[in-house]
Amino acid sequence: MFLSMNWISDFVDLSGIDKMDLIHRFSLSTAEVENEIFFKGSDISGIVVAEIKEVADHPESKKLHLLKVDAGDGALTDVVCGAPNVRVGMKTAFAKVGAKIGEIEITPRALAGYTSYGMCCSEKEIGISDDNSGIMEITDDIANGTEIKDAYEVDDIIFEVDNKSLTNRPDLWGHYGIAREFAALAGRPLKPLDSVDLSKYDSLPQIDMKIEDPLCQRYSCLQVENITKNVSPVNMRIRLFYCGMRSINLLADLTNYLMLEMGQPMHAFDSRKVEKLRIKRFDTPFTFQTLDGTQRNIDENTLMICNGDTPVAIAGIMGGLDSEIVEDTTTLTLESATFDAVSIRKSTVRLAHRTDASMRYEKCLDPEMTVPAIARFVKLLQDVDSGVTVVSSLTDERAFEYDKVSLSFDKKFVDRYTGIEIDNDTIVKTLESLGFGVELKGDDFTVMVPSWRATKDVTIKADIIEEITRIYGYDNFDVHTTETPLYPVRPDTEKTVEDKIKDILVKRFSLHEMHSYVWMYYDECKDLGIEIEDNIKLVNATNPNIEVIRKSIVPTQLCQAKINNTYAPSFGIFEVGRVVDGLREDGLCNEKKKLAVTLFSKAKSMEELYFELRDMLATLALDIKHLSLSYETIEATHCYQHPKNLNAVILGGKAIGEIGIVHPTVSKKVDKKANIVYAEIDVRDFAQAAADAIKYEEPSKFPGIEIDLSFVSGKFAPIGKAIEDANCPLVKKVEVVDTYEDENGKSITSRITFAHPEKTLTKEEVMDVVGGIIADLESKGISLKK
Amino acid sequence: MDNKIAEIKQQFLSELEKAENSADLEAIRVAYLGKKGFVTELMKEMKGLSNEEKKTFGQKVNVIKGEVTDKIAEKNQELKEKELQKEIDSMPEFDISMPPTLGEGSYHPITLVQRQCERIFKSMGFTVEDYAEVVSDYECFESLNIPKHHPARDMQDTYYLENGQLLKSQTSAAQNAIYKKYKDALVNDGVPIKAIFPGRCFRNEATDACHENTFFQMEGVMVDKNISISNLIYFMKTMLSEVFQKDIKVRLRPGFFPFVEPGFELDISCLICGGEGCPSCKHSGWLELCPCGMIHPEVLKAGGIDPDEYTGFAFGLGLTRLVMMKYGIKDIRDLNGGSLKSLTQFTDDE
Repeated sequence: MFLSMNWISDFVDLSGIDKMDLIHRFSLSTAEVENEIFFKGSDISGIVVAEIKEVADHPESKKLHLLKVDAGDGALTDVVCGAPNVRVGMKTAFAKVGAKIGEIEITPRALAGYTSYGMCCSEKEIGISDDNSGIMEITDDIANGTEIKDAYEVDDIIFEVDNKSLTNRPDLWGHYGIAREFAALAGRPLKPLDSVDLSKYDSLPQIDMKIEDPLCQRYSCLQVENITKNVSPVNMRIRLFYCGMRSINLLADLTNYLMLEMGQPMHAFDSRKVEKLRIKRFDTPFTFQTLDGTQRNIDENTLMICNGDTPVAIAGIMGGLDSEIVEDTTTLTLESATFDAVSIRKSTVRLAHRTDASMRYEKCLDPEMTVPAIARFVKLLQDVDSGVTVVSSLTDERAFEYDKVSLSFDKKFVDRYTGIEIDNDTIVKTLESLGFGVELKGDDFTVMVPSWRATKDVTIKADIIEEITRIYGYDNFDVHTTETPLYPVRPDTEKTVEDKIKDILVKRFSLHEMHSYVWMYYDECKDLGIEIEDNIKLVNATNPNIEVIRKSIVPTQLCQAKINNTYAPSFGIFEVGRVVDGLREDGLCNEKKKLAVTLFSKAKSMEELYFELRDMLATLALDIKHLSLSYETIEATHCYQHPKNLNAVILGGKAIGEIGIVHPTVSKKVDKKANIVYAEIDVRDFAQAAADAIKYEEPSKFPGIEIDLSFVSGKFAPIGKAIEDANCPLVKKVEVVDTYEDENGKSITSRITFAHPEKTLTKEEVMDVVGGIIADLESKGISLKK
Repeated sequence: MDNKIAEIKQQFLSELEKAENSADLEAIRVAYLGKKGFVTELMKEMKGLSNEEKKTFGQKVNVIKGEVTDKIAEKNQELKEKELQKEIDSMPEFDISMPPTLGEGSYHPITLVQRQCERIFKSMGFTVEDYAEVVSDYECFESLNIPKHHPARDMQDTYYLENGQLLKSQTSAAQNAIYKKYKDALVNDGVPIKAIFPGRCFRNEATDACHENTFFQMEGVMVDKNISISNLIYFMKTMLSEVFQKDIKVRLRPGFFPFVEPGFELDISCLICGGEGCPSCKHSGWLELCPCGMIHPEVLKAGGIDPDEYTGFAFGLGLTRLVMMKYGIKDIRDLNGGSLKSLTQFTDDE
């Protein structure tokens, strides 16, 4: 929203105050002002009011005229002018020799053989409108030679406030409300609005008007007649233009002017079209033509202004074409109303049509403003067109009333919230300058919230704190730390575990951490032949490529592997991220935090790669939990899983994830030559596994015994289990030292290290245990290699 | 006999001369001093001699034995030195300028900046909380004083799920749960609530270089008996100076957010020009950084905390934005793009 310093100055005397400083303070105390500030009129000088005394055709040009102009300096000036609207007796804006318009300095200039000593200007050239159709026509009685800047408010400072920063301030959608803020910031009084006393029309007839729907909170209207003027005063047009609106005609300009001044949208109907004003909704949808000529679909939720049963305007949004003021309109009905903000906002969204009026109504306008707005409107209208007569009494109905808001608090409350000392006098003055009623007894305040702040903005005590502190100025705050006692901070286990996982994978295994999206990538998965499995979906995704929430990070990671398949011959990536594993029994999403790791290699064998990944998982468990992992073969259930070597990863007796090889059909689409393995672990399950404590054992001073046993078996699992089952405290270490294959099948050599804390073991002492292990394995069909 | 001794000595010296390594030397030692060595054999020849002769001869043999032993030890030392030199000489010279072959892992840049922030907050006594990505309407809106039809909901294009839950559009969605988690300690033991919660947020919007539908924020709250606006300003200034590792000026402007009252937009002095004004701050000297404010009484109430007794402040830092500022990342989509060409550059940055 653009704001004019001239307009603001109508309501508060800001003389002697640095305007730029004030605008800066407004930005820090009220609402954000955009960086660019416009100094209107600063780029023109030497332009005066002048009268055209003679007009002659240019002998060699159809367009040009030769003028003699009275610029108030005693003699007539010769001017060559190309404007079509020149005529004798017309007053216009004239740039004398030496005048400046932007970068251009006016000098005597030859035009088709005649010298022009100055230039008649269009309104656009002066910068006060976008009308460039002819030279400016001045109808006011102003002496020739008067500086245009003295005649009209050409000079102005215009600044723009970000509309978003005003969403919660319905009172700031007009200059008067803004002026109240400036008055408070400058410590100057706010002047009352000049308006007519409407009570003098009380004896006139009422308008037939009825609110039939509570979505209309208040409806005020008045009829006026005998409007003779059609063009708005220059100063009014300048202000509208500077604030971003085009001048249309007097009535339209006045409603806009009032909206920009008081924030109250108004509408003028041809009284013949609204003999029986009714405000209501319709049960059945229909189409309605608004005054911009567009047919709009109106449904049963849209509040309408009607003449009996005939809709004439969409309440709070836009008037209808049929009830617009036309040439033969003699009597008009002024509407000034407030409507339910949510209803207007919803209608705006439905109609996809946001107007200056609806934008204001959405903010919960002050219903006490409707009547003052009419009183001000009539005043402005009569100032311009003194013959205008009011022909009805003020007709005003309320269907809804806001509660009066009164807030009580004491000085201590203010002290506690601010943390600084602001004295009672400052508090009272600040609140009063903003229009609050304040009663102070001792240290107890009772504050009456003014109607323009009470619709939704100021409702609680904390809101009052904001009023006091923002005017006080946050830059003026004495800042200090808190006085809170110290307590130990206990870290969250899951978070700590997550951090450790990342550190181990990055620092020890040189993996790369990735981030990705929480939904399946349709197109990318399709390219890899990965089926999008059913899972909970987004209902309002605008991008059809992202709809199903992922159950697993693995498909995402395979998509990432494909993106990077030329990055290096071997790489490993991981992510700690969220997935949703369907719904829980209570219908809520079963959200899980997973760690996914993918190793990709064109150099290593599948077995090397698989064990590399297995060792990473084992390291995580050993390092973070001091626990060993175990594995259990599982069946493939997803298309990306290779049916072989797919194992559940078990920690502390609980399956916490899986490790596997990527199915060749998918793998080949990621890269024809690469081996790809993956693992996915539930981070919460991992974190929740009880860690083994470090149990220190004095190293034995006596040498241990190493026994190598070779078994004909491809798997270590049963061997390891047999050793574990032997439950011998002397076993200190078990390693696989060799595996090989010959005609007898695969064999594995394991080395068991025995030690005793207090003596040197003899071979005989351990052979019993070894014998037991061998017997156990033989009973399972695994024989010792002879 | 003397001739024989001289002969043996001569022969020994000549053989010793030829010895090239410790194996040769050991062979010589065995040949002369071993059980059947030449020197040892000489002793056997004493059998037929008179006592007087035995004495003289014995002495002579002892002399030569001593001489041989010493010579061997001497030679041994010499050979050892030679061998050591040879070993040293055989060491090739390595080209240390060869590029490293051990791969380096990488963290996601969000992790690096998130950890940096977490460390700062932990040092000031804050707990670091983790929170879900799928939340309820209550968590994300209702409990934050954003009732249905509130215009603030328009500001957030939220992703809704089929079951009525939603992907959290702001980390503030964790506030309610955090208040409930710590309120007993606050009320019963007087332990202030000091928590940060970094997390991923989602907005249903089209993506481009500056807009992402998935991004990280970090919310922080502090609640106690007398938390004031003055504390808030102090805290934000201190914390942001730590984050940016320089003295940061802050300023507050009124800002409207339903879950705080008063609410602020916090600006920091421009990191590039320090407040003088430059193109990156649009010549204003300030950068809008994060919304903050005093926690709205309704929000405290929803968390089970009595707003008449306790006050608090809350702030929301855009982690993704911090990451982009810190590393000069121009396209926000690089963060979730999964390209190792960009992501492998972010090694540990503590």
